[in-house]
Amino acid sequence: MSQPSQQDEIMAEEAALRQEAAGIEPVSEARGLSQGQIVRKRLLGHSGAIVGLVVFAIIFVMAFTSVGYAGIPGWWKYTHEAVSPLVNDGTPTASLWPLAWGEHPFGQDRIGRDLFAMTMRGAQQSITIMVVIGLIAGLVGVVVGALSGYFRGWMEAVLMRLTDVIIIVPALLLAAVMAQLAGRRDEGSWFASFASSNGVLALGIFLGLISWVGLARLMRGEFLTLREREFVDAARISGASNARIIFKHILPNAVGVLIVNVTLTMSAAILTETALSYLGVGVKSPDTSLGLLISQNQEAFATRPWLFWFPGLFIVLICLSINFIGDGLRDAFDPRQKKFNAKKAKDADAAVPEKTPVAALESRADDGRTAGGDRGA
Amino acid sequence: MVTYIVRRLVTAALILLGASFLVYLLTAASGDPLAEFRASSAPNKQQLMDSRSALLDLDTPAPVRYFKWLGGAAQCLVPFTGSCNLGKNIAGQPITDALGHALIQTLTLVTGAAVLAILVGITLGIITALRQYSTLDYGVTFMAFLFFSLPIFWVAVLLKEFGAIGFNNFLRNPEIPLPVCLGIGAVLGAVALIVAGGDARRKVMTGGIVFAAVAAVLIYFSVTQWFKTPGLGPVVIAIAGVGIAFAVTLLTAGLRNRKALQSALIAVGVGLVLYFVVQPLLNQATFLMVVLLAVVAVLIGMAIGYFMGGYDRGQSMRAAAITSFLVGFLIVLDRFMQAWPAYFNNSRVRGRPIATIGAGTPNIEGDFWILGLDSFTHLILPTTALILISLAGYTRFTRASMLEIMNMDYIRTARAKGLSERTVVMRHAFRNALIPVATIVAFDIGGLIGGAVITETVFSVRGMGFLFLDGILHVDPNPVMGVFICVAITAMAFNLIADLAYSALDPRVRVKA
Repeated sequence: MSQPSQQDEIMAEEAALRQEAAGIEPVSEARGLSQGQIVRKRLLGHSGAIVGLVVFAIIFVMAFTSVGYAGIPGWWKYTHEAVSPLVNDGTPTASLWPLAWGEHPFGQDRIGRDLFAMTMRGAQQSITIMVVIGLIAGLVGVVVGALSGYFRGWMEAVLMRLTDVIIIVPALLLAAVMAQLAGRRDEGSWFASFASSNGVLALGIFLGLISWVGLARLMRGEFLTLREREFVDAARISGASNARIIFKHILPNAVGVLIVNVTLTMSAAILTETALSYLGVGVKSPDTSLGLLISQNQEAFATRPWLFWFPGLFIVLICLSINFIGDGLRDAFDPRQKKFNAKKAKDADAAVPEKTPVAALESRADDGRTAGGDRGA
Repeated sequence: MVTYIVRRLVTAALILLGASFLVYLLTAASGDPLAEFRASSAPNKQQLMDSRSALLDLDTPAPVRYFKWLGGAAQCLVPFTGSCNLGKNIAGQPITDALGHALIQTLTLVTGAAVLAILVGITLGIITALRQYSTLDYGVTFMAFLFFSLPIFWVAVLLKEFGAIGFNNFLRNPEIPLPVCLGIGAVLGAVALIVAGGDARRKVMTGGIVFAAVAAVLIYFSVTQWFKTPGLGPVVIAIAGVGIAFAVTLLTAGLRNRKALQSALIAVGVGLVLYFVVQPLLNQATFLMVVLLAVVAVLIGMAIGYFMGGYDRGQSMRAAAITSFLVGFLIVLDRFMQAWPAYFNNSRVRGRPIATIGAGTPNIEGDFWILGLDSFTHLILPTTALILISLAGYTRFTRASMLEIMNMDYIRTARAKGLSERTVVMRHAFRNALIPVATIVAFDIGGLIGGAVITETVFSVRGMGFLFLDGILHVDPNPVMGVFICVAITAMAFNLIADLAYSALDPRVRVKA
């Protein structure tokens, strides 16, 4: 019976760290890594997020290279506006077996436009809108949330009441107003001329300007708790300015919540855009978007079902992959995310003590304690 | 506490004023209300434009019009005078009337969907939390994300195509080919195999039994053309009732509580006797009578439990009351099914029962059962669409909440005391997991009234969303304002209720005055 060595003590300490509760699997992967490294490691270990990333990357590359973007021509032979003679009455020519692409892989609409080109153009629009909304909503949300959470007082009161007002005003109405303003091309105001040349960008900016509210509330909550922490006091005592405390000390600690929720805002934004286009106040023809394609073609479901299937499929794919990426990010950023297993917890009493370090230590210490060992399972 | 509520109410009133001003100006600025006349070539064009201008009071600037509207709307705050004036819409109908109709339509549409989505979502969330990282969990998580990513207008069109047109075609000659029977059986069997707990042998057995049962039932349906003359009959009600009795007892009292199980089984027996007694009564049913019968059923169940007693009288009463309510529901369902052939052959339905648009067949006549079936066939598709997209949120949220609770110290204490797993899950974990879910539910109910714009558009239900969209498209501020005020007030009220409920349910969160 020798005295426990230092090595044993470290092992016992490590084991004690793992003894959080019955059924929770230990998280020892975080040792000696920076936050970025931990997050990257966990994200790459999340199979759903990886699949989401790959699918999104494929759609992104396909959408932006096939029909070209901003004047740069793409590799696909048709554009979303070009009319070509109907091949085989417009049915899709793509087939899985034998794997072939054909002349019009997704088919054609009634007047002969290529659906693949239109869908790709729509996916471009949706992705553009999504990114613009994510950027703007993230930026405004962070600024508003940080200012009101950090400074409190009248600034918080004013900003939060503004948030309340914007939350309550229906997005549909705002979109209708914007669509109306953008439609007035004759008046020659700067907004109308901008909107008529970059319809999608205007819609994205506008949707971004109303979808920051949820994010601002969350960021405010984060700032409210973080500003009371000791490291903020320490920074203030050592003479850091408010801006430095906000951007260097608090914001990096709130970045997890921020990134996860920006991702979720983006996936919701795609559905909002398609819904607005469907109701006729979003993207307008002659330009196209996935929601507009569905809206234009739903009557033709009985005769040309592919016009309806492919745009919808792409909406679902984009949104699903973004959601999975968001879920992976949430798991990666949340330190409380531990694996709880009810079955293991239930069986914990009956389980044979495994050879965890504590069990090994105890068998050596020989004092008959079994309190720790059986929970390590 | 009172100070807190008063402060919240005052803030809410101020926000409402500001937001309504904004909404009015935006609606007024959203377009040209005379656009449809400008393009027309009618000889009385100028006259039409003048009358529309007079109706909408277009000569007055929009901010002034807002205050005029506010003056009328303020009268709604005075109770019992009936002088509520929210203006008129473009067709000259008072907004208060239009809102009344629209509200009824919307509520019939969203209530069922909300209740079902909440029930199913919470159940799924609890089950997936208890089996975290199982095949079931991954499956439900994937489905939740998938439903979350579906655009509702897309789902709605698919449902119309397959749920209505396809199913109606099927009903013309309801025979299910044998391979389809076996296929559906195999799919459901596989689902049961994943859902079932326990070791591999038990899983395979559950899957096999479900496969055989489903396939047999479908073949039976096909041979007897059950879909033409559906019905349950006393035998099926008896078998299902016994199953319900066991399941309810398992959840509320545990099967070891013999008295509770006996009470539930007696309730099923009484229900079967009453099945024959109430049939003539049900022929003249009204809505009120069905509600009263439900109350009576619950009371009978409680009485049975009370007289059976046992070591815990409350448990017996609960088990019997829930069982008898569910058996009563089966009896009413059976009566609805008996009315199906009459509805199916109704001259206005003409053999295509599942409707794609509207909230009811125009000019249909019939008793309570026919009208009930009519609402059912119109509501089923929009309700399904709404459930699909709102299910995901509840499932994910309940799962997260339940997982957090299962890691709490008091759950470990409960297990350490030697309580059964049922008691730990149902008494200690489930109730506490519902606290955060309750606030989400309150938020969602607040948002329900105005939240179904797209569903109402696709299914042509003339509810609140339709009124709102119509107002926007015609640049008519009054209906938009009416809907907005209703939606905003409910949303704010339910937010307040959610906060208060949270502090009432969770003593750690106390509202500071």
